[in-house]
Amino acid sequence: MKYLHNIGLYFLMLVQVFKRPQKRSVFRESLFKEIDELGLKSIGIVAFISFFVGGVVAIQTALNVDSPWIPKYLIGFATKRSIILEFAPTFMSIILAGKVGSYITSSIGTMRVTEQIDALEVMGVNALNYLVLPKVVATVFFYPFIVLLAMSLGIFGGWISGFLTGLFSSDNYIEGIQLDFKPYLIRYAITKTMVFAFMIATIPSFYGYYVKGGSLEVGKASTLSVVWTSIVIILLNYFLTQILLG
Amino acid sequence: MIEVKDIHKSFDNQKVLKGVSATFHKGETSMIIGSSGSGKTVFLKCLLGLFSPEKGDICYDDRHYSKMTLSEKRDLRKEMGMVFQGGALFDSETIEDNIKFPLKMFTNQSQEEMRDRVNFVLNRVRLENVNNKFPAELSGGMQKRVAIARAIVMNPKYLFCDEPNSGLDPQTAIVIDNLIQEITDEYQMITVINSHDMNSVMEIGEKIIFLKEGIKEWEGSYKTIFQTDNQAVIDFVYSSNLYKKVREVYNKS
Repeated sequence: MKYLHNIGLYFLMLVQVFKRPQKRSVFRESLFKEIDELGLKSIGIVAFISFFVGGVVAIQTALNVDSPWIPKYLIGFATKRSIILEFAPTFMSIILAGKVGSYITSSIGTMRVTEQIDALEVMGVNALNYLVLPKVVATVFFYPFIVLLAMSLGIFGGWISGFLTGLFSSDNYIEGIQLDFKPYLIRYAITKTMVFAFMIATIPSFYGYYVKGGSLEVGKASTLSVVWTSIVIILLNYFLTQILLG
Repeated sequence: MIEVKDIHKSFDNQKVLKGVSATFHKGETSMIIGSSGSGKTVFLKCLLGLFSPEKGDICYDDRHYSKMTLSEKRDLRKEMGMVFQGGALFDSETIEDNIKFPLKMFTNQSQEEMRDRVNFVLNRVRLENVNNKFPAELSGGMQKRVAIARAIVMNPKYLFCDEPNSGLDPQTAIVIDNLIQEITDEYQMITVINSHDMNSVMEIGEKIIFLKEGIKEWEGSYKTIFQTDNQAVIDFVYSSNLYKKVREVYNKS
């Protein structure tokens, strides 16, 4: 029953979130702040992880493809596909759910327990719309760029790892990443990312907005929000893959 | 005028307000007093529209809250100012941005006009050179004054304060009390204060409502509270030796 109640409350929250902003200039200002906070400040960690995981994927593939019958360019091909299809959109979204999700829950939750949200409501501000909508717009429209960056750096990391380990040649790798390029797969990854970004912004906001108690409860809510966002991303990943590729 | 008509509110089957009625007038400072758990905060949150009463109604200058749409309720709230117990200042924004926020949200004033208004209200609460500071850099009393400045920046008709003196030393508390009363007189607002600070009650309680277990037990003013024979009020207000002595001296004279 509690889960059903929370799901209902989540959708009621979305109704308030997707009202027209009360003041466009204030919304614009909040949006740029959120792009900086949720997007630009995540680029460092995304770049770092993408580069090294790309390298690891390429090395693992090279070590497992040791048959002389399998052409070496498949290492680049497999690395590219793994990164574009799963690593960049899904794995990165889960990392962002941890980093950004906990930030969103704790910042909104702290505002709740220190009565700052009540202060907004008393002023006549639609607090959900004011606090959550800029986050949703910032993540949904900015995370695809982050994921494109993750794809590029992951593939680049794979190439560097071959260069450093000597497990495969640069020519083979480049041939592999150029092989059978399907733009639809990029669109698929971007679509998934946008759906995941929506979840990354809304689920932690829900946990922050409806938190009751003090700082301890805000901490617990942050943990719960990361767990549930990750679960929802994994489930949606399955269904979206079935729908878009099946 | 705010007219509260027989409001009831409960949480998880526990009745917190059991039919409270009251009237609050323009230019008058009203105090809601009562022990912890008496329903003071819930009553104030009902007045603010943060809680909806299950029964009864609240009329703000003949506008019935129970009949308002969500957007009408939001419009009504633009006429309210609130000073929260902890200040509820936006801690990641400067003092100037905190006070400017309602102006940015609800007016079309230029940056220059907003800054002038911010400086005016800061001056009104006797604060200077704090525009670029963050709330954490100010003392408790200063934070309360910033909260008052933010509450009055839109020229509200109704001012609500939840324990404005909590955590303040007696001298600063009196400064805050006097400030609230001055502002109420000056802007002819309806001011309702939740408090269990007896100094404030005696200082500025033009109307005092005593709540006990969700019921209005007594109503009067700081002038009549000395003569009351209501035992619950006597037990609450004159619980300290100092106030017992004050009452004795008053009654003898």
